[in-house]
This record gives sequence, structure tokens and C-alpha cells, in this order.
Amino acid sequence: MSLLAVEDLDCRYGLLQAVRGVSLQVAEGETVALIGANGAGKSTLLRAIAGAHRPHAGRVKLDGIDITSLPPHTRVRRGIALVPEGRRLFAGLTVDENLRVAAASRAGGRWTVQTVLEVFPFLKSKLHMPAATLSGGEQQAVAIGRALMTNPRLLLLDEASLGLAPVAVDAVYRSLADVIREGTTVLLVEQDLARALKVADRVICMLEGRVVLEGEARSLDRDRIVNAYFGLRRASAGGAGA
Amino acid sequence: MTLANAVLQGIFLGAFYAVLACGLSLMFGVMRIINLAHGDIAVLGAYIVLVIVQSTGLSPLIAFVIALPAMIALGYALQLTVLQRALRGGLLTPLLATFGLSIVIQNLLLLKFSPDVHSLGVSSGALTTESWNVFGSITIPALGLVVLAVAVVAFAVLQVFLSRTRPGWRMRATAEDPDAAELIGIDSRNVYATATAIAVAIAGLGGLFLAIRSVFDPVSGPTQLIFAFEAVVIGGMGSLWGTLLGGLALGVAQTLGAQLNPEYAALSGHLLFLAVLILRFGGVRLARFGARA
Repeated sequence: MSLLAVEDLDCRYGLLQAVRGVSLQVAEGETVALIGANGAGKSTLLRAIAGAHRPHAGRVKLDGIDITSLPPHTRVRRGIALVPEGRRLFAGLTVDENLRVAAASRAGGRWTVQTVLEVFPFLKSKLHMPAATLSGGEQQAVAIGRALMTNPRLLLLDEASLGLAPVAVDAVYRSLADVIREGTTVLLVEQDLARALKVADRVICMLEGRVVLEGEARSLDRDRIVNAYFGLRRASAGGAGA
Repeated sequence: MTLANAVLQGIFLGAFYAVLACGLSLMFGVMRIINLAHGDIAVLGAYIVLVIVQSTGLSPLIAFVIALPAMIALGYALQLTVLQRALRGGLLTPLLATFGLSIVIQNLLLLKFSPDVHSLGVSSGALTTESWNVFGSITIPALGLVVLAVAVVAFAVLQVFLSRTRPGWRMRATAEDPDAAELIGIDSRNVYATATAIAVAIAGLGGLFLAIRSVFDPVSGPTQLIFAFEAVVIGGMGSLWGTLLGGLALGVAQTLGAQLNPEYAALSGHLLFLAVLILRFGGVRLARFGARA
């Protein structure tokens, strides 16, 4: 059985339909990249899985149990953690407090302040500084670390590289590889196609709220993805159908 | 020396205002709720203590300890039943809801206790009458000392709670970004209810001190609310230590004003409040005006 199952999910902002009948599954231990242009509905989908957006229709299941109506904080206890777009750190709290405030939501996991610092060693010297004083890359590391502190089974990562310098993105992804190696299941949204293909086992491409292409990262060729990404005719003729 | 004595009495008075303002500041800091019923909740606390004192003959301080669980439960329930719903309606709805609550509390108290004036001063015994003279002209009243000590302890405990404990971090995190807090497993409703419970409990403490140092009736709340508001604004909105200092500053301003003329007591407090408002929020405009002139 898959860890996460999304069934016919429909998300709306008023009259705007951001996600249209999306179904997908993520298996335990898998790393899946959600790609697609701006406004394709990727972030909304992640927020709906985490419980931050109430879907209009459809279901979200974890371990086969319907969690669609649960508020975000109880989903965290069941093992879902979202690193939100824009990081959303608690600016007035120190790095240490940002991490520790997230702890103990789910007892008995491997992530502690200590192990988070092993993955992000550059945070050690900043531990007692207010989060607001950190650089973008450091803040992203704290945001990921904060989510890890809840000991998630499923880590949702929204645009981890947004607004970061290439060096910082490299550092974040190197650490992310460590996290994945630890066995955490990851569903991430990434604009950078090359990076998404490199880190993920499987790629799901969204266009205007629908899944238009899905496949093993190794087996998909770049042209097909690019066509699906931009909604070109060839992709819809040969792909999953839009 | 009379001036020094006036400043000292102002600090004792200001500590009382700080206790009144503490919960108001906490609720604004954590939830951005301006609780217009805060003064009435303080007065309600005074009535609860009064009922316990009248029926058991205990001292008001012990009666307050007995009333404390009721105040905490009241705050918790108030958040979950009224304020949580109101928060969903934007910033203005909680303001209206607490305004309504203020009227409800006043009228329920009128119904139950009549408009008669009460005081817990007599039943507090030596606490209200005892005082010491030092250096001739400086008077230290026992009650003032107790209120000041309790105020400092209350603020210090709250500060330690917020900066050193995990529930405190959760409260600060939720205050900064409730959505992000939910996403790391914090139940924001529970955090808000805890904040309101603390605020109501401390408001009850303010009510107790009001009842001991002076008199109260069912409509005493709004006057207390104004002083609490002024303390919060003078100290800087949402800052805890600021609120303590704001309360002390307000108290000192009032007693210094009273030195000039007893009628100027409240007025000089209001003037300090207005001066702070103008300096803080009207500063830019004043500077521009100055540049043109």
C-alpha cells in the first residue's frame, strides 16, 4: 500500500480552480518531484496534502486512512510535514527555538537538534541567533530542519531553491540527499528541472491543475517533459492526456 | 522629599495598572485581539472573590487562589466559544464581540449584585492599613509593596514562560505565524485558549487589587480598561516588559499631576498617553511639518 494517496482532488480559490481532479500515489521511501509552470497548482496540492488548504472535493489518504478533514497539526502527528513556500520561519525566535518548538509533536524518531545540525552543519554557529538575521540558504535549512524535527514519514518540500543563490541551493540539496538516504519519503515541488530529475525517483508534471505526465525520472526524456511542462500538442498526444 | 514620595506612590499605583494591562497586552500580542471586556472581566473576578469572602470569611488573597481555577476555565471557554469564532471574521469582529461581552458582563453583574458599591478593603485587614515611614516623609504602604511585588513576579514568570519553556515557544511561534505553526504540529486553538486563560486569570488579579485598594461596582470595568489601555500603549503594543514600564510611567504621571492639583491626576496620565501616541505615530508628520515651517 502506498504511504500517500490523493484521489480526485479538487482545490479552489473562490471561482479559480487551482487543482482539477488530481490523483497520485507516493510509496514509502520514494522521492517524487512535482514540476510544472507557475500556477500549475503544485503548491496548492502540497498545501492540501498538509491540510493548510481545504479541498473542494476529493480525498487525501495516509496509510489508506482518510485524513481529508483533519486540521494540519493533527496531520503532523500522523507524520506529514510541509516546508512551506517562502520558508515562513518564526523570525523573532532563535534558530534553536525554531527547531525545538517543532519537536515532540511525534515522539520517537531520529531527528533532534543534534541530528539536524549533522545534516546542516553550517547552522551550528547560528544556533542562538534570531532566525530573521540568517541568509536565505540558512533560513531554508532551518525551515527544512524545523519540519524534520516533527519526525515526518512524508516530507513535503515547496520550492526549496526559490530565491536562493546557486551555491546555497547546492548546499540545501546536498543535505536533502542525506535526508532522503535516511529513508524519509519526500514529495517536492521544484522549478529547476535538472535538479528535480537528479534528486527524484519519479516525476509528476502538472499543467493548469492537472497531471499531464508521470514517470520514472530515469526513463523520461527531457523533450517529453518540456512539452508537458508547457502544454505543447505533442505531449498531450503521446502523454497521459490533458 | 514630597516629590520623591509622589514618584514612589506613583510606582505603587503604576504596578496596579501594569497588572491590569498585562492580560490585555498578552492577548493583543498573541492574537491581535483588542479585548474591550478586559476591565469587566477584572471586575467579574473581584465579584467572584467577594462572593467567596462573604460566604467563607476567608481573606481576599486566599479567596483569589480559590477563584483562580474558575478564572482560568472561564478564559479557556471564552476563547473556544466566542473569540475563536470571532477571529475567523477578521480584525473587527473580535473587537465587536468583546464590546458585546463587556455589556453582557456589566448587566449580569447589575442583575445579580445590584448597582451597590463594594470593597474588599476592610476584609483585607492590616494589608490595607499598614504602612511604614522612612526618611521622615516617605511612606511605604504594605498594599503598594505587595502589588508591586506581585506585578514584578507576574511579569517575570510570564517572561520566563514565553522565552524558556516549550509551551511558551509555541505561543510565540503561533503569535508570529499561526499557519506555519499549525504546519509543525501546533494546535493554534489550544495556544490561543491558553493565552486567553492566562490573560483572564491576571485580569482577575487586577480585579482583586482594585477591590482591595478602592471600591468597585458592576460598571467599574471600562474605567479600568482605559488605564490598562494607556499602560499598554505607553509601553509599546505587544511588548511585555514595555507594558510593565508603561503601567509604572502612567502611575507616576498621575501622582505627579496630583501633586500640582488633585484634579490633574487622571488628566496628566492621559496627557502622557497622548504625548506617547503623538511621538510614536505622529512623528513623521511632525518632522515634515517642522521642515516646512
